[in-house]
Order: sequence, then structure tokens, then C-alpha cells
Amino acid sequence: MKKRILSLVLAVLMTAALCGCGGGKSEPAQPTATPEGSAGEKLTGGEITVGIAADLDTSLDPHASSSSAGTREVLFNIFEGLMKPDANGNLIPAIAEDYTVNEAADAYTYTLRQGVRFHNGKTVTVGDVVYSLTRAAGLETGEPLMTELKGVASVEAPDDRTIVVRLKAPDAEFNAYMYAAVIPEGNDPAAEVVGTGPFRFVSRAPQENVVLEKFADYWGEGAIADKVTLKVIPDPQTLVLSLRSGAVDMTNHLTGSQIADLEGLTLIEGGSNIIQALYLNNDFEPFRDVRVRQALCYAIDRQAVIDLASEGHGTPLGSSMIPAIEKYNVPELLELYKPDPEKAKALLKEAGVEKLRFSITVPSSYPMHVDAAQVIVEQLRAVGIEAEIKLVEWAAWYDEVYKGRKFEATVVGMDTHSLAASGCLARFQSENGKNFINFSDAEYDETYAKAMATVDEAEQTELFKRCETILAEKAANVYLQDPSSFAAMQTNIGGFRFYPALYVMDLATVYRMS
Amino acid sequence: MFDLKNKTFRAGAVITLVMLLIITVGVFWTPYDPNAMDAAGKMAAPGPRHLFGTDNFGRDIFSRVVQGAGATFFIALCSVSIGLAAGLLVGGLTGYYGGWVDELLMRLNDTLTAFPSLLLTLVLIAVFQGGKYNIILALGVLFIPTFARIVRMEVARQKALDYVANARLMGVGDMRILFVHIMPNIWPVLLSAVAIGFNNAVLAEASMSYLGLGVQPPDPSLGRMLNEAQGYLLRAPWYALSAGAAIILLVLGFGLLSEGLGGDGRA
Repeated sequence: MKKRILSLVLAVLMTAALCGCGGGKSEPAQPTATPEGSAGEKLTGGEITVGIAADLDTSLDPHASSSSAGTREVLFNIFEGLMKPDANGNLIPAIAEDYTVNEAADAYTYTLRQGVRFHNGKTVTVGDVVYSLTRAAGLETGEPLMTELKGVASVEAPDDRTIVVRLKAPDAEFNAYMYAAVIPEGNDPAAEVVGTGPFRFVSRAPQENVVLEKFADYWGEGAIADKVTLKVIPDPQTLVLSLRSGAVDMTNHLTGSQIADLEGLTLIEGGSNIIQALYLNNDFEPFRDVRVRQALCYAIDRQAVIDLASEGHGTPLGSSMIPAIEKYNVPELLELYKPDPEKAKALLKEAGVEKLRFSITVPSSYPMHVDAAQVIVEQLRAVGIEAEIKLVEWAAWYDEVYKGRKFEATVVGMDTHSLAASGCLARFQSENGKNFINFSDAEYDETYAKAMATVDEAEQTELFKRCETILAEKAANVYLQDPSSFAAMQTNIGGFRFYPALYVMDLATVYRMS
Repeated sequence: MFDLKNKTFRAGAVITLVMLLIITVGVFWTPYDPNAMDAAGKMAAPGPRHLFGTDNFGRDIFSRVVQGAGATFFIALCSVSIGLAAGLLVGGLTGYYGGWVDELLMRLNDTLTAFPSLLLTLVLIAVFQGGKYNIILALGVLFIPTFARIVRMEVARQKALDYVANARLMGVGDMRILFVHIMPNIWPVLLSAVAIGFNNAVLAEASMSYLGLGVQPPDPSLGRMLNEAQGYLLRAPWYALSAGAAIILLVLGFGLLSEGLGGDGRA
């Protein structure tokens, strides 16, 4: 009996403690300064602690295609390729000084930059480059480590300053993949992490931290801070609290609802480069009729989804293309389906669907998608459609929905591995293995194939845009948004910039202020 | 059996009755539609318009707590009923007849008790899949062993008493002795076990819904609300507190009832 009372008392006390955390709005450590950082002078050197939500992969192999996004964006600071993306979305020469492309776009010639050093002190030679690209493209094994490089036919070094990469087929977008890391000849990244980036890898404690140090002999401008510690904090709530308490200086990838709790910190908004949508199984009986899918598009108000589920922080999407790749944007598609409950009802009636009922399978570990699904259910209820949410574990989602294609509808965000259009569009070809929504449209297949075979960039862009338009017109899915992602930092931290490129968290420009 | 002078019992009865009243009213009427969203009124603090404030979708938390408590209560009621009914049957028969069936079932019972109940629930749900009715089934099945054990123990004890021997000498049948003569005498012990079972069911349902396996959103449930409130602890503490307080009151009410009934607080 005593025990029972004790546990009750404990339960009450715990609630009281929760109260205590929530009630008192404790002020953050540095209540000074505006986001622009007008307060302090830029300091050189010093230490910066960055909170990351997941530990880096066990393997820090920069060529591994299966690396997590979190690993890739940290490796950006350690490794470099012949080319690298800059903060404005351009590709700039890195280990290469210059490059030329032949007329047919199937041979790329790079000139090696002089005096670039590895973290182990050795100077980069053409041998290192040839070794690295051969390894990444799997020219010896036949299995490319970086799937992007499967089009490489050969890598040669005619003299000690020139590297020639020949392709199996013309590819006007090939330079985008030349971020492929250059590592010393014979190096195995699993055993030793050696790159040429502005930071060198010092140590790691699994599930705890990763330590990087400024590389003094960097060829370019180099890092401003002396040392960066990446601290692994898997629980989002703890991560936010650590920021508030000042235990970490900055973190990346916070959602719109998380930043609402943060006062007195500098916030920078960017995209998360995912396509969040209500993905529809086009093979599910009622969804086979394009009018039913269009009815859903009219019934769902994507701006309301963004406002309610993402606190208004998101870029609305009209088709399957991330907004970071500006040249493929088709803004008109956003106007295609204005929220119109009457039109939705009329379309359903026309299609002869009396009472539409379906389930929305959502991975429970993604509150962002669960929240969006809840808003959608309410919106559909307004036009008499009964949707029911089914929460599943991520593994179950992957098996049943993505691989098994046994679902009716799902809310998730699809990401893409490169800035090439194919990353967003390839999956909707009828026979594509990743076409989990079973979309099938002859015109789409034809247009996509034609786009891939086109060398002329302008013409190719038009064809890709046509693909996006078909997806929207045929209402393959109900496209929602690219949710915003935020970097948050103490007000005495400056210099952080978002890159439009994927998987980049540039720490070299980050500095501390007095 | 019901000692109305017992303060613990009275406190428990009052809390439980008030909760039941609110839940009953909630079935027919809530101030707002618990699922209706309002973009303009997000995260409103508790006040006269919204008694417990609103959540991140602008939904009225009071309405959701009332309906969520109703859902939790319904699940607890059903699963305890399943556990009790089956437990009475299994425990009664094994306790009365004994023998190898008794041995076998009780060893099986021991084995089941050796596993943490949360783990077992998760296993059952992995088999049945989530959702409101499957949770009832899973929890109900899991409650059978505890009830069966208590019933068996009591029946075995009563069986040796004189009144049972008398009845038998008078030629009363086994079934009649078991269910008409013995059962009424084990109610006091059983009632307290039921109250505790109820507590466990409320907590188990809350945990399952918290993990996203029980009641599916957007329908309200106390556990699910706690999960959603987690991200807003700092900005909207009333969200987590309302759902948490409802769970505490439900559990506290039944806990006090059980103690007032003279149970040893263990199930």
C-alpha cells in the first residue's frame, strides 16, 4: 500500500517538475544583438560546438552512396573534389584549377591546381585524382561506389597537370558529380580519413561527438574557427534545450515548429530539399480515375497545410521538383488546382464515386508528416471524403509502402541525391523500380526519355518542365511543400550560409563574435 | 463491502464519479468539435474561450481531453472486461479442480509474468497491428493471467472452507458451488484487483497511443496528446499538462478506490 502511495506522489511530483520547465520562460544566455550580428567584432580562431541530430555513419568513406545526409554534409568540410558547389548554387573549380568540355559533352578535361595539400602534408598529384575517380566510379570492380558516376568510361592523366574523364554517353550535367572526393593514392577512407578540405578529422566518440580541426595548409581561404566539435544529440527537444542553455553554439535542420520555442537566437531559413506530398497509389481502385485524384487536389488546400502543420514555413510545390533547382521551376503549376470544395465534389460525382474512403499511411517518427496528414484528413472531411490515418514504424512504411506498394495513400517527403532533374523525376516512369505510386503515363515516359537523350541544355530543361506539368495535370500526387529548415545559432556566432546544393553544411565560414 | 466511512475510498469514489460524469457528457456534447482546426487560434493560452487553451492546430484542448479520456476509459473498460471474464473462467476452473491442467496453466502464467508487460503488448500489437480495437484485444489478453491468478488463489482457499464442504454434502453440483457459492465470496478481493487492473489499462493505453500504436490521429486520445504536446512543452505547457492531469486523475481515482476497498495495491 505504501508503495502505491509513493508512486502516486512521484507521479504528481514529476508533473510538477514538467510544469517547472514549461512555466518559467527562462531567458537565453545572450539576450543581446540582432540576428545580423551587429554586436560584436568577428573573431578569428576559437572553438565552435555544433549540435547534430544523428551520429555520423560508421564509415566516413566520401565515395559511399549510401551515406546518410547528416554524414555527407559534415564530410563536405573534410573532402573536396575537382569541383565544388558554392553558396550561390554554382560549381566552382576546387582541386582543379580549370576545366574544358568537348563539343560532344562526353570528355571533360581538368587542369590540376598547383600546391594543394592533403591533411597528411603530401601534395595532391594527378595520380591521386585518377586513383580517387577510378575508385569512386568503380572502374576496376565494375561496381560504382558513387552511383552518379556510372557513366564514366575512363579516367586518364596524359601529363602531370591534366586529367581527362571520358563518358560512355554525352552528359551535359556531368560536372555536377565532380564533387567526388579526392583522396591520397592507395588510401582506404575506412582506415584513415584524409582529404584536402578546410577542416581535418581529429577524432570521434560513437554516439557522442566528432572533432574537426582547422587545416592550416588549406589552398584556399580556409576555416576561420580553430576547432569544431559536432555533438550528437538525438532527441530534438534536448537539442533545442541545449541551444537555449548555450551548451551548443549552433545547429541545423530545425523545423518551423521547433524554432517557435527559440527566442534570442539567430535563425536562418532555408529549404529542406524534400518534396512533401500526399502520395497516391495510382493502382488503388478509386485513384485509377484521374478525376478522383484531381478531386483530391481541389479538396486539399496546401497553404493551409503549410500554415497549420509547418507554422507557415514552407515553399508550396505544384509538382515533383525541389525549389532549390531554380531553372526547373514551373510556377504556373501552383495555380492549377485552387482549393475548391465544390469542384472536388463535382469531379467525384462525375467519376461516379459515391463515398470515397481511404487510408493514409504515415511513418510515425516524422511529426511533420503526421501533422500534415491530420490537416489533410480535416480538409477532406469538409468535402465528404473519409480518410483515416494509419501510423506505422519507419521500417514498416519502407516495406509495405515503398517496397511492397501495398497502400492507398501516404504523406512523406521524397528527397533527391543530386541537383540533376532526374533525381526528382525518374521515379515516375512506368517501369521505374522506385515508382512506388504506380504512376503510368505514356506521354510522361516518352517525354522523360527524350529529355534524358537531349544534349542541348535549354531544350532539355523545357522537356523536364513538360514532365513536371504532366505530373501535375494528371494529379499523380497531391503536392504540398518543401518544408523550411532552419539553422539556429547563438547571437555571437556568425558567417553561416545555406547552400542551394544538397548535403552541405559549410563550417569554414562560421565564426565567433566578441 | 463498501466502507463509506473510509476516507480513501470516498476520495477515490468522488474523483472517479466526477471523471465519469465528464466523460459521459463528453460523449454527447463538447464545447467544440474536438477535431476542428482553426489556423487563427493556434496555441491559445487557457482562458474563458478555451478552458485548457488550444493546440498547434487550433483545436480546443478541453474538448480533446474530454473525448480522449472517454476513448481511454472505453479501451480500459473493454480490456479489463475481457481479462476479467476470461480470468474468472480460467482461474475458477483451475482453482477448483486443480490437477495437471492447473499446473500447466499456472506455469504458463508464470512465464508470461516474467516478461515486461509493455514488451508483450508490443509483440501482440505487432501481430494484430495497431488501432483502437486491436489494442483492446491485446490488452485484454494480457490481463487474463493476473486475474486468473487472483481468482485461482481465492477459489483454492475458499474450496477448503466448511461452507463448501456443506454444500457438497448436500449434493450441490460443482458448477453451482463454483459460481453461486464461491464467487460471491471472492468479490471483495477481485474488486480491488479490477480497480488496479483499470489503472494499468489506462496507463497501457496511454503508452500505446503515445507510441502511435493505439488510437489513430486525428482522433483524440490522452497518450497521443502527450506525444504531440512533447514538441510544444515550452511554448504551450498547458497542452501536456491537460492531458497529463487527466491521466493522473483517472489513475488516482481508481488507485484510491482500490486502496479503500482494502486491496494490497498489487495486481
